[in-house]
Amino acid sequence: MILYLGRRLLGVLGVLVAIAAVTFTIFYVLPSDPAAAACGKSCSAERLEAIRAHMGLDAPLWRQFADFVTGIFTGRTMGSGQYALHCDFPCLGYSYENSQGVWDLLVDRLPVSASLALGAAAIWLLLGLSAGVTAALHKDTLTDRALMVGAVAAASLPVYFTSVLLIFGLIRVAGLLPYPQYTAFGDDPLSWATNLLLPWLALAILYAAMYARQSRSSMIESMAEPYIRTARAKGLPRRTVVVKHGLRAGMTPILTIFGMDLGGLLAGAVITESIFGLPGIGRLFYGALSTGDQPVILGVTLLAATFIVVANLAVDLLYAVVDPRVRY
Amino acid sequence: MNTTSSTSTASPPKAAPPPVRAGSGPWQLARAELRRRTSVKLSLAVVAFFALMTVAAPLISALGGWGPEEFDKTAVDPYLGGLPIGPLGGVSAEHWLGVEPVTGRDLFARVVHGAQVSLLIAFSATAIVVVAGTAAGIVAGYFGGRVDTVLSRLMDLTMSFPSLIFMIAMMSVARDVNRIVLMTAVIGLFGWPGIARVVRGQTLSLKHREYVDAARVGGSGPWRILARDILPGVAGPVIAYTTLIVPGMIATEAALSYLGVGVRPPTPSWGQMIAESVAYYDTDPMYFVVPSLCLFLTVLAFTLLGDALRDILDPRGSGT
Repeated sequence: MILYLGRRLLGVLGVLVAIAAVTFTIFYVLPSDPAAAACGKSCSAERLEAIRAHMGLDAPLWRQFADFVTGIFTGRTMGSGQYALHCDFPCLGYSYENSQGVWDLLVDRLPVSASLALGAAAIWLLLGLSAGVTAALHKDTLTDRALMVGAVAAASLPVYFTSVLLIFGLIRVAGLLPYPQYTAFGDDPLSWATNLLLPWLALAILYAAMYARQSRSSMIESMAEPYIRTARAKGLPRRTVVVKHGLRAGMTPILTIFGMDLGGLLAGAVITESIFGLPGIGRLFYGALSTGDQPVILGVTLLAATFIVVANLAVDLLYAVVDPRVRY
Repeated sequence: MNTTSSTSTASPPKAAPPPVRAGSGPWQLARAELRRRTSVKLSLAVVAFFALMTVAAPLISALGGWGPEEFDKTAVDPYLGGLPIGPLGGVSAEHWLGVEPVTGRDLFARVVHGAQVSLLIAFSATAIVVVAGTAAGIVAGYFGGRVDTVLSRLMDLTMSFPSLIFMIAMMSVARDVNRIVLMTAVIGLFGWPGIARVVRGQTLSLKHREYVDAARVGGSGPWRILARDILPGVAGPVIAYTTLIVPGMIATEAALSYLGVGVRPPTPSWGQMIAESVAYYDTDPMYFVVPSLCLFLTVLAFTLLGDALRDILDPRGSGT
């Protein structure tokens, strides 16, 4: 187990370095020149060179990348002389736009994105799994048909369409909810939840539909296993058979997609955040794109990738907990 | 998993098996089974309808008499902030689906041309994904060893990329190229590992079958075996999977265009039309509903079609 974990962690590190390298190459090689942007319109050649040197853009690409990676682990000093700027561990550089540390920006925005993703995930798991399991237990009945038709339809709705429907229905017509305005959980948990309820629903509907479809099919499969018959024959209550034996084994494929989805959403709910104006990481990223703020773009990409690989690792470890057949 | 199966031994329990002549091949059986389902017929009709739009967009929009980028100031009311004149967002004999607010561009012409752009990108990206994914999967599965290790690591790496974020970033950094080609390539780049894994698994189970061994003993080279013996064996799951990834591709294109990093205006695409119309959702709902409905219907039709194909062609895959 320890050995397995160690090997996996090394793998995670390797993947992250590879992703950083690819991102770095693509976004630093492509045309835009941040030094020229920082220098302004009437910019002399010498001054441009000086700025380039200060930003470290005159070094060869591999050197810049090596500095960047070292910075993440140990922190580094950027620039030299009177403009020297020390960037502490974990250094992701400074935003070109407002000179704030990228790490601080990310830490600042993370609670919003995490609240959005985790809340939505709780809703979609609850809705999706209960719909899927209900449909599977009533296979080929009217309930099953109705649930699955609903799921296919809901899975075909893009998130911006659902959002507008929800805004229109719940805010404009019914007046039930406020227009989302993020409040930190620590400040006022109730207002945090009421403000986020709409974005949660908008995001959760699509995923709930997909999870309902997936969990139905894996439930049907696991309920057909011989050990379910054994459990029934032992005289276990139906509830125990379904939950402890059927659902537990049927969870493995759900867990796989859940890891990927949650990992992807922690820093990737760009559309939902921009529709509801939530100041999360997706919005930060979207803003950085329009100004060509490469350190921020790189930082968000890396953070998002980290969430994905870590979530996948966590899922692999959880397999052993959920499915007794899995051993490392 | 649905119990319908294309083998003649297990007959579907819920309905009478389709009338099939004795000795028909698996493809004939599949076609007979497809023809039996209403959902398949309906979704095929929708898919055919939008595919026709993709192929013949200029011809179809010419029927309405307006070009997609033609302004019609007489159709909007300058005193009402440029809202369309007339009911339902300006629906009239002249503008069949109404007009855009402010510009007065014909919605019918735009939605038809938008279909062309959106579906062209989705279909081409799907083609890239399927060809690249099948090739990678079949090679990894058949040759095994180091080739498999390298390709499988590459699949893992690609799947670890935060794809939407990466696509958005690439689309916004690369400026002066053909947007449609770029978008196809960028979407295609991240899609191939999914299908590659399916094909790899299928190939692994096929490569030690007797008929493959027989071909090998008979002197067929590896490439000939791949093309003649393995590829037909993986075709079923690939076809089903292809249909199922099309909706994802359409949605991705729409999401990128929605975020303003897709095709550039005035070229219409569904995602971009929806993005522009969001601001008008309660003053001019028709403007918002038309492109959204097209997107919804297309995605729905492909999902239903894909579900049916998977049930029939890949009974072992996770069905719904």
